[in-house]
Amino acid sequence: MTVLVIAEHDNALIKGATLNTVAAARQIGMFGDGQVHLLVAGVQSTAAAAAAAQIEGVAKVLHADGVSLAHALAENVAAQVLAIAPAYSHILLAATASGKNIAPRVAAKLDVAQVSDITRVVAADTYERPIYAGNAIATVQSTDATQVITVRTTGFNPAPATGGSATVETCEAVPAATAIRFVDAQIAKSDRPELTAAKIIVSGGRALGSAEKFTEVMTPLADKLNAGLGASRAAVDAGYAPNDWQVGQTGKIVAPQLYIAAGISGAIQHLAGMKDSKVIVAINKDEEAPIFSVADYGLVADLFTAVPELVGLV
Amino acid sequence: MKIIVPVKRVVDYNVKVRVKSDGTGVDIANVKMSMNPFDEIAVEEAVRLKEKGVVTEVIAVSCGDAKCQETLRTAMAIGADRGILVETDAELQPLAVAKLLKALVDKEQPSLVILGKQAIDDDANQTGQMLAALADLPQATFASKVDLAADKVTVAREVDGGMETLTLTLPAVITTDLRLNEPRYVTLPNIMKAKKKQLDTVKPDELGVDVAPRLKTLKVAEPPKRGAGIKVPDVATLVDKLKNEAKVI
Repeated sequence: MTVLVIAEHDNALIKGATLNTVAAARQIGMFGDGQVHLLVAGVQSTAAAAAAAQIEGVAKVLHADGVSLAHALAENVAAQVLAIAPAYSHILLAATASGKNIAPRVAAKLDVAQVSDITRVVAADTYERPIYAGNAIATVQSTDATQVITVRTTGFNPAPATGGSATVETCEAVPAATAIRFVDAQIAKSDRPELTAAKIIVSGGRALGSAEKFTEVMTPLADKLNAGLGASRAAVDAGYAPNDWQVGQTGKIVAPQLYIAAGISGAIQHLAGMKDSKVIVAINKDEEAPIFSVADYGLVADLFTAVPELVGLV
Repeated sequence: MKIIVPVKRVVDYNVKVRVKSDGTGVDIANVKMSMNPFDEIAVEEAVRLKEKGVVTEVIAVSCGDAKCQETLRTAMAIGADRGILVETDAELQPLAVAKLLKALVDKEQPSLVILGKQAIDDDANQTGQMLAALADLPQATFASKVDLAADKVTVAREVDGGMETLTLTLPAVITTDLRLNEPRYVTLPNIMKAKKKQLDTVKPDELGVDVAPRLKTLKVAEPPKRGAGIKVPDVATLVDKLKNEAKVI
């Protein structure tokens, strides 16, 4: 058995989520004599392939380079994966927006089920995954010959990005699908730690009241702690914070060392995205707020006074 | 132009589910059920496109037991024109649903299929992509804006780090994200009207689809409980605890 991981990258650097996925792949490999191979599909992505070869535990990097593979369109990346799929027993992707977009397409073409968002490898065909917004953990066994899996990155410690020396093998890029065209991307530029990889996250809710207040109150705390900035769905829907800051069942799933929730009540859907954080701090005016049931340290206070005070003291 | 909107009957999003003590699953007896929230957004979007005049017919489809009729009636009360229930008591997994939908797509020949991005019970986030793969259609997942023209659709998608825009040649498959729209409340007159709309029932056999599950659920367990936390009286104590007790800052 050989395990294939589909790397996520920006053509130059490999994204952090891929390292967690490689870690899951290595665990699966341990149930057999499994080698881990990495597919880097992109355009002008030689640097990414070289970086991929450095990841510890990767035996071989398959490098497909062509214009069809720009922007990681699901149609083209899935076709590229299918072109090499017969050699593999397991195909893994990170459970990111990109991985979730591509994996089911690969699975359906192979006529196999896909296992989403695994948090633990139990055996070479058995995995744990959360269901019902993380309120239950299901152990599922796949009966298919090829296992197509997305990996919840917070469930696995990342594989070291260096220390490996994989061979890089070039494979031919697939032709581009004609029914889909990339128009443009509006990616927010940020020098903050990426939310899913941040060690500390400060997150704001609807109680902040406006986009201006969100920035005014939360940013200094994030700056001081070198933290990622997150938000509840309510804050995002109200326009206080951009969409991709949303933490929860349908947003990002995070598990930092410290998660500070300010003005967030703690709906089931929000807790689903952060309750595996090591330490949770809740600052809320309402002492009945459900967030206090998961918080290690709770402070019943007005965030408009407590957060600036916190900035002053840390 | 015709749109198909698949809808799923799930445990209401406000219900905190309990795991059965024998570990066989989640207790959903006597629990409030509703339409999956992402599917409501999908129905709303299809109905809005119809109201704009680009779309002539909206067909809601649900797969599952007879109670899914309620979910289809809700979709019709929002504005879907007719419903199709693929009736089965079998456990349906995303691949099986995608195959059932593919059979209906072959039959109805819609220009667009709009699904929710994920169901809040199995949290799989697969069916739309699988349908697109099986039907060989382009896909735009996690849509937050849809512009439909005669032969193509332009979709803004929510991706990690921001947004991206794609143009797809019809027919195509779209899955909805939360911010695509705000679904309307159904009104009593519309609920009454929905009762008169056409609702057809088919069986998986008639569609020639084998729905046997490919994933076996061996066990369902409670997630690990967090230890009880403490309330701190002031910010200074909080900072002290974080520095000296938890040692996280």
